[in-house]
Amino acid sequence: MAVPFLTMTGISKQYPGVRALDGVSLAVAPGEVIGLVGENGAGKSTLMKILGGVVEPSGGAIDIDGERADRLSVNRSMRAGIAFVHQELNLFDNLSVAANIFIGREPLRGGPLRLIDQAALNRQAAPLLKQLGADFGPEASVASLSLAQMQLVEIAKALSLQARLVIMDEPTSSLTASETERLLSVVRRLKADGVSTIFISHRLAEVEHIADRVVVLRDGRTVAELEGAAITPATMIRHMIGRELKTLYRPPAAPPGEPIVELRDVRTSHRPEQTITLSIRRGEILGLAGLVGSGRTELARAVFGLDALVGGEIRIGGVPAALASPRQAIDSGVYLVPEDRKRSGLILDFPVRDNVTLANLAACARLGMIDAAAEEAAATDQRGKLDIRCASTAVKAGSLSGGNQQKVVLAKWLSMAPRVLIFDEPTRGIDVGAKGEIYRLMRDLSDNGAGILMISSDMEEVIGVSDRVAVMHEGRISGFLERSQLSEQNILSLAVGRTN
Amino acid sequence: MINRKDLWLLVLILVVGAVVAIINPRFLSPINLSNTANLIGLFGIFAVAQAFVIISGGIELSVGSIIALLGVIFIDLIANGTVNSGVGIVIVVLIGCLIGFVHGFLIAKVGLQPFVVTLCGLLIYRGVARYYTDEATAGFPFGASFPTLEWLTAGRFYGVPHSLIAFAIITIVMAVVLHRSVFGRYLYAVGKNEEAARYSGIHTSRIIIAAYVICCGLTAVAAIFIAMYTRSISPASHGNFYELYAIAAAVLGGCSLRGGEGSILGVVLGTVLLQVLQNLVNLLGIPSSLNFAVMGSVILIGVLADQEFSRRRIAGATRRASRGAEAAVQAAGANRG
Repeated sequence: MAVPFLTMTGISKQYPGVRALDGVSLAVAPGEVIGLVGENGAGKSTLMKILGGVVEPSGGAIDIDGERADRLSVNRSMRAGIAFVHQELNLFDNLSVAANIFIGREPLRGGPLRLIDQAALNRQAAPLLKQLGADFGPEASVASLSLAQMQLVEIAKALSLQARLVIMDEPTSSLTASETERLLSVVRRLKADGVSTIFISHRLAEVEHIADRVVVLRDGRTVAELEGAAITPATMIRHMIGRELKTLYRPPAAPPGEPIVELRDVRTSHRPEQTITLSIRRGEILGLAGLVGSGRTELARAVFGLDALVGGEIRIGGVPAALASPRQAIDSGVYLVPEDRKRSGLILDFPVRDNVTLANLAACARLGMIDAAAEEAAATDQRGKLDIRCASTAVKAGSLSGGNQQKVVLAKWLSMAPRVLIFDEPTRGIDVGAKGEIYRLMRDLSDNGAGILMISSDMEEVIGVSDRVAVMHEGRISGFLERSQLSEQNILSLAVGRTN
Repeated sequence: MINRKDLWLLVLILVVGAVVAIINPRFLSPINLSNTANLIGLFGIFAVAQAFVIISGGIELSVGSIIALLGVIFIDLIANGTVNSGVGIVIVVLIGCLIGFVHGFLIAKVGLQPFVVTLCGLLIYRGVARYYTDEATAGFPFGASFPTLEWLTAGRFYGVPHSLIAFAIITIVMAVVLHRSVFGRYLYAVGKNEEAARYSGIHTSRIIIAAYVICCGLTAVAAIFIAMYTRSISPASHGNFYELYAIAAAVLGGCSLRGGEGSILGVVLGTVLLQVLQNLVNLLGIPSSLNFAVMGSVILIGVLADQEFSRRRIAGATRRASRGAEAAVQAAGANRG
């Protein structure tokens, strides 16, 4: 093996209350392709942010070309030839390909006006695109490109910066099979030119295909380094999982009842070619697992009336329901606790009280006028029931902790009669204590006869909380797992597209 | 409830008023007060109207042109006896509401930007008004008289102009709508965070359309009062820049152009301050060409002062909080010791 030009040794990162990385080491040799895998929250992105100079490590050392440092700055990282191709592409789609590649470094014509030398710009961009085997020219407008082509622009930009290491974060999550194949061949071309790649992906088959070496992270530690024949999806999954489940969870009081919501051949605009059929039963928590981008949130949006169905039918309590707007969904007893509570769940500048009553204001009003006393009583009631910790219901919702904010979102719905509650990532960014409270509230609701759909990327949560799990892969349900079949291994293999 | 910002505005009005009164005692003469009150009434109606749209997170730039267009339509309708004045009022207010509906529809349903839609409105209605009268000044024929209408719009009650009384009634009704009704709460919610409002089951586009209908409907009412006050309308200049008075009053009164903030009381005080400033320019012998410059400077100073005050408040709160945290840490240490 060639001599590594970049070595990270014993890297740690301590956040308040969380140890994101604990003594991780990683060495990169020229032309090496390293697969980096691990569950959400395993520490992959923190490690990469340290490499990019965005996050400062709490401990460890980084050697680049024999020069040792405690940390990298963004500038040092760029000078060392480390380049990122992000999941969200950072391109200006109002500019041409060449203009994007050389943004901020445009070749200029002489003179005081600092005019851009358009011809030189295109001339310099062309060989980079050729090197990557791109099927579009430097003058093409970025807006006209496909996602896969835009990635090539990002990679070309990296090459123009003399990149020696390209870090790709979930590069194939939105690509079709043939586009993925093309991207992998680009990685091979880079390798032939001596450029290394760190390939972060949940798609283990691709990692197996392309990586010379795979580093598996779990809970902030390197748990395995696989090489050659040892790189298989099965071994990767085995190393990614394996934590003890905590006893935060309570089993249901009674077996589930009849289906309360039925989705029949539902098609969403996310992937209209796929149909989804599932039902949620009374008194059950149905977990909805899958990778980011598999279409779980889109499904929730459709059921809550935010997006129109492309096809299919949703039945509630056995009758076809019209769910053309959130209002109709709410009136049918379907409520959503959204993924991004700060943006979609709460009005942060509003008092806790106004947030709690917002969806059910008619109950505190007469002839269109709000009865302030009734409103305060309703809010105080929910505050007590959910144990929302705040000085008064008049404080702004934005001033509460994450867990209490989530309880306010939930309080919004609990003053009405919930039949179906959809939780999208219910405990993201919430500490363990508050997590337990949210789980208890969810179980109380299901025991009282509601049906619950819980979308979650947190394996531990999916396995601990769900009575049954549906797994999505690329817009379809790739399988259902009963309580007894729940294991991270089973869920992950369905999530990466194998059917059981 | 009066908030701190409104209180400052009130103090400012009183201070400016006192200074003007000391330099030129005519400020307090009954005739000057009555005239100023009339102007406050006229400008206040469409300033309150504007506040609804600004709180929804939008802006209405066509106010001046609507006032010109509806003014000439109103005078044309009743001057020639086509319809009686009551019917004329109803027609004009309905046209105003229709204009508001179209603006709201284009913004909330079609997804155009409020600035663009209402800027086009500003140009269109001005052009239509000028075409409607063939560039001529619209006015009542010699000797024409509408005693009831004139009493209603331009009359005085013990020296208090009816326009001010109308403004007071509209203000109270609108304050109740904005601060006490379900619709008002939804309007603030949509202005603050449209997405969270939609996720709470609020029909956000209906709320936005309603805001524009209210704004343009009330502006139509103002247009009638202003037409009866000026009694003749040259369509090229009538109502010019009135939208800016309305926006200025709303901003002075605490409305944020990002939406979701502001109170009716604040807008009323903003209107009063602007008219007192106008009056100040006249009474203190400042060249009237400086009128806008004075207004602009006062608003700028006001906004800067507000920013500084709120920064200090936040800094103070943070200091207090960190002192509290330190004290807690020390107390914990002491306990352990």
